[in-house]
Amino acid sequence: MTVAPTTEVSRLLREDFDNVLDAWFATQKREGVRRPDLFSDRESRRQLADLLRAFSEALVQIDLDAPVDIEAEAWSELRLALSEITLVRTERGVAPWEMTAFVLALKQPVFEMLQERLIGTPDELLRDAANFGRIVDAFAMHINEYFIAERDEIIERQRAEMMELSTPVVQLWERVLTIPLIGTLDSMRAQEVMENLLNAIVEHSAEVVIVDITGVRVVDTQVAQHLLRTAAAVRLMGAEAIISGISPKIAQTMVELGVDVGEVTTRPTIRAALDEAFRRVGFRIGRVEDNRV
Amino acid sequence: MSAPPAEPAARVELRQERDIAAARIAVSKAMDAMGARALRKTRFVTAVSEIARNALDHGGGGVIEIYRLERPLRIMIRCRDEGPGIADIDRAMTDGFSTARSMGKGLGGARRLVEAFRIDSRPGAGTTIEMEAKPS
Amino acid sequence: MSEAASIYTVDKVLLVAIRDNITDTDIINLQEDLSEKIVNESARGVVIDIAALEIVDTFVGRILAQLSSISRLLAAETYIVGMRPAVAMTLVELGMDLPGSKTALSLSHALRSLKAKGLA
Repeated sequence: MTVAPTTEVSRLLREDFDNVLDAWFATQKREGVRRPDLFSDRESRRQLADLLRAFSEALVQIDLDAPVDIEAEAWSELRLALSEITLVRTERGVAPWEMTAFVLALKQPVFEMLQERLIGTPDELLRDAANFGRIVDAFAMHINEYFIAERDEIIERQRAEMMELSTPVVQLWERVLTIPLIGTLDSMRAQEVMENLLNAIVEHSAEVVIVDITGVRVVDTQVAQHLLRTAAAVRLMGAEAIISGISPKIAQTMVELGVDVGEVTTRPTIRAALDEAFRRVGFRIGRVEDNRV
Repeated sequence: MSAPPAEPAARVELRQERDIAAARIAVSKAMDAMGARALRKTRFVTAVSEIARNALDHGGGGVIEIYRLERPLRIMIRCRDEGPGIADIDRAMTDGFSTARSMGKGLGGARRLVEAFRIDSRPGAGTTIEMEAKPS
Repeated sequence: MSEAASIYTVDKVLLVAIRDNITDTDIINLQEDLSEKIVNESARGVVIDIAALEIVDTFVGRILAQLSSISRLLAAETYIVGMRPAVAMTLVELGMDLPGSKTALSLSHALRSLKAKGLA
């Protein structure tokens, strides 16, 4: 930990803590970002005090003239306090822009107080004000990134949940699996399908897998490519893939698109595919009566 | 996007063939530390293997630096060599651009396996490749 | 014989276990060792177990394909077994489907196939 030269800003926050807090609070009130409908004055003030204390403690550890690196250890307390307060406030319905303005409202009162203290040394005033402004801006941006990360996480979680729901691998028989595909098959989903399928092959020691595309709305070149890649990966694992549910219309489209399925086995219906799968693993379906004869 | 940290989390010199395996192990460890999923790790480490071999075979050796980037959490590697450089990058990135030991799928393949791929190369000035991947 | 891979003989079948982080030289040496062993022991079947390989890049992929081709030329049917799911997906992405190589889920699956053909 380096002890930076004392600046007027850090002196101000230390000596005049309560006044800065009051002024920050007042600015928020004026700008309408205090949200008294969601937070009592006491609660809001406590949040501000936590932030300001963390801010003040960090200021004495950093070199104000250096570029702002909010990932630095010195800022860890403030980052933590800010994350907690952002979480609490947004949970009750504070909008991202309000949260940013909530932090930015600290600038104006601090500038004014610095002006009073440094009236005789304009160079120092300018430097301190600019440096302080940069730090507050950096934290306002940090809040935005926090929101973006939060939202990305929600989207990713929902996507993963949907994927899981939409790509169930089912064991049909000993050593035979099927994965019924429904809807659209984009690159991301194709990869998910492939991963689930390959893991299931290992788990069940499956030798034949039926990829059923009866429920796939559109089979274009890209979808066909995904299916063939899945079949290729299945073969690399040592199992065989059968693509079923190829309607006459899809067959025509595939030929028109110039899709060559090569060695991959295809069947028009899942029933025909199952028949083929049983043949390969050495089973046969027959009527009970036939066996009695 | 935050700038890459000044200090790499690990550094592997590529002087001999054994160093390719060392680079793979180092990247694999760095991704384990991030809790990376098996598929992500396999894809990225495979890409690292391709470019490390490329640096050794065509760049006469080089160095791989491994960085951990935050927000969003991801791994970044930078591979530098002081070799002759690549005259036609587009062509080198195309599958089928075959060289002594690759099947001509090396660089183009590596690009397909990662989330971000940057290459900087000029004849006589060596080649620098940067690749990134998320852990999940 | 390198320590990165070992070759065992069981019932006229050569079992090759490749260890992780094999180097390029190791795998080229393996290619030579294996072809000599096939001839010397009149092996009709080869099983290459790559379950230990966390990654297979284009170089190793090409060598695996070559191992299959060489063995086949020497009249030994060759299976690559135990490929991990992530490795299979990555190889497909790289455009390396190993079209000329036979594959099986595991060593026992490959041995069963070889026995069924009277090669083990």
